[in-house]
Amino acid sequence: MTVKNATKKNATKKNATKKSTTKNTKTKNTKTKALPPQDDNVHVVTLVEAVNLALRRALSDDPEVVVLGEDVGVNGGVFRATLGLRETFGYKRVIDTPLAEALIAGISVGMASQGMRPVAEIQFMGFINSTVEQMLSHAGRLRNRTRGRLSCPMVLRAPFGGGIHAPEHHSESTEAMFAHMPGLRVVIPSSPTRAYGLLLSAIRDPDPVVFLEPKRIYRMVRQRVVDDGQGLPLDTCFTLRQGKDLTLVSWGAMIHETLLAASELEQQGVAAEVIDVATISPLDMTTIIRSVEKTGRCVVIQEAPRSFGVGSEISARIAEDALLYLRAPVQRVAGYDTPMPYPRNESLYMPSTRDIVEAARMTLESA
Amino acid sequence: MFDNLDQVPGKLGYIDAHGKLVHALPDDIDIAWLQKSYQHLVRIRQLDKKAVALQRTGQMHTYPSCLGQEAIGTGIGLAMQDDDVLVPYYRDQATQVLRGVKLWQILQVWGGDERGNLFEGVAAKDFPNSVPIGTQMSHAAGIAAAMKSRGVRQAVVANCGDGATSRGDVYEALNLVGVWQLPMVAVINNNQWAISVPRALQTGTRTLAEKALAVGIDGLQVDGNDAVAVYEAVRLALAKARCGKGGTLIEAVSYRLSDHTTADDASRYREASEVTKAWQYDPVKRLQTYLHDLGQWTPAQEQALLAEVKQEVDAAVSAYLNMPPQAADDFMAYVFADMTPPLLAQRDHLLARLERDSVAAGVKPDDS
Repeated sequence: MTVKNATKKNATKKNATKKSTTKNTKTKNTKTKALPPQDDNVHVVTLVEAVNLALRRALSDDPEVVVLGEDVGVNGGVFRATLGLRETFGYKRVIDTPLAEALIAGISVGMASQGMRPVAEIQFMGFINSTVEQMLSHAGRLRNRTRGRLSCPMVLRAPFGGGIHAPEHHSESTEAMFAHMPGLRVVIPSSPTRAYGLLLSAIRDPDPVVFLEPKRIYRMVRQRVVDDGQGLPLDTCFTLRQGKDLTLVSWGAMIHETLLAASELEQQGVAAEVIDVATISPLDMTTIIRSVEKTGRCVVIQEAPRSFGVGSEISARIAEDALLYLRAPVQRVAGYDTPMPYPRNESLYMPSTRDIVEAARMTLESA
Repeated sequence: MFDNLDQVPGKLGYIDAHGKLVHALPDDIDIAWLQKSYQHLVRIRQLDKKAVALQRTGQMHTYPSCLGQEAIGTGIGLAMQDDDVLVPYYRDQATQVLRGVKLWQILQVWGGDERGNLFEGVAAKDFPNSVPIGTQMSHAAGIAAAMKSRGVRQAVVANCGDGATSRGDVYEALNLVGVWQLPMVAVINNNQWAISVPRALQTGTRTLAEKALAVGIDGLQVDGNDAVAVYEAVRLALAKARCGKGGTLIEAVSYRLSDHTTADDASRYREASEVTKAWQYDPVKRLQTYLHDLGQWTPAQEQALLAEVKQEVDAAVSAYLNMPPQAADDFMAYVFADMTPPLLAQRDHLLARLERDSVAAGVKPDDS
């Protein structure tokens, strides 16, 4: 009871500050440039190129920012996210580390504690696991255990997710693992513009951020990105498509299938609202609850294994806060509770557009 | 297995277990330094004793004693400069106090209150002690990398125990110190025991100092029960680090005279005779003997010191026992720079629970 009341009270506060999705609710952390975009600041880029643009901008704007990780220097990153940064900013700011993921996270904690802004890259999320102790036991706790004396403004970037026929351990989606850790933000972009704006805000955030990049859509689309140094708000969902009949909630690469499903549903006369969660933790339930209150129907789509995931949390929160608005049970479309299959069977694991449409139809037909 | 701490070959030491000089003292060590160092050893030993007593009487939680290892922290603390940074583990009370951490803050941390980590002054950038074994070594390497990147003449001291050297984290950090030539001094408190597992079961190397060879940095072994040896080794290593000549691994050979923590019972896994024997190497007694034999420490001075330290420790206990409680929601207030909406909602929940419980307590005065 008290939690529910508190949530509502808080929701009111949040609504008041969030007029548009491009306005940063954490304004004090986001430097904005007043200059109008000039032509050479406008780039038509892929998601991974937008990551590169944001890193370049952050390195230019703040001398405390350093980029570090395996192969991020001369090689420009195995996905080329750091391409050309070494040439522009030098080896002291674009740093090739030894091959040791726990170390990469650990030295980032140390650097951040002294006021630097390390942006560390873990080459694939499948190799992020040895950073868990540093992220859980140190990065997420440093401010709290020193009662604000030290802080940890670091970013841990990693490409994640399947669907690119990568070798074993190169296709995992373990975002819920980090979302469960207190003191960490978990941010996932789903488009070039959001990759640019969210990464800038993540780097400027005073606390540690795990920034997960959906590599399946690294090069799927190009978008016009204005390199004006403008961050996008963290801790806020993005409503990508308005609709009155049903709410589709997703994040990362599955936003692609979710938007396709919404188009398909539109052809069937169903208006689906599409919400990109973007910041997995802390979760902006206000936007989701408001949408579900309007539509009464919700499907949550995640690539990660079905059980104990972000989708489970969202479903539970809808049950707690909006049950009486629901006209059908919340559906989850998700991967299976299995290790990610080798590439030959990968497609059996991955949720599809058809799966989303089918789940949507179930909610529409259930009442 | 542990046999004779003085039988370690090549170990740096100045004052042996009998309080006799085995090497001429370094030039910067004078009587005043030795007396100051001795006073600190006594201060930390009394604090430690009191901390254990507080735990035994239910006034403090689990506490890791540094009994027998006071010279390591004392030597380090006296060797560090103000703008160096300390990344301690949980047996570095002696160093922390020399860095300006208050005695009562040590008690506060082990009494379960995070505010004990609110270090000020010289220690403002020091880390709180690391409980997960060895993980702090990479924080230290990161701090050293930040110093190097900023081009400042500062250095980091990071400490861990002998058990920690078995962890990959420690190797990874030391390896970075070697490859990036970082201004970091790593001190291993080799107190012979990682809870119940003896040093001999941790590694196949003859010493822990030689692990430095694998990462391309200097390594040396010092008598960890000789404050002068620890001081001199750390001082030289820090001077080298500050002028860009890279890191050092120092194995300070000591012995854990106490249980691992107050939650441990070391009699389950080691012979009392071993501990009795190890007391012969006591870092406090040897310095007292040395000063006494020089005519530089009288029984009257000893009495005065004990009285002064008792007063200091009693004041710390009093400050600890009388500290005002934290606000109930403090444990939520510092998770992020600004409280997030989910945490704000959970704070409301917490405060409502407390309100409910206090009302409930109020309406049931005669529950028994």
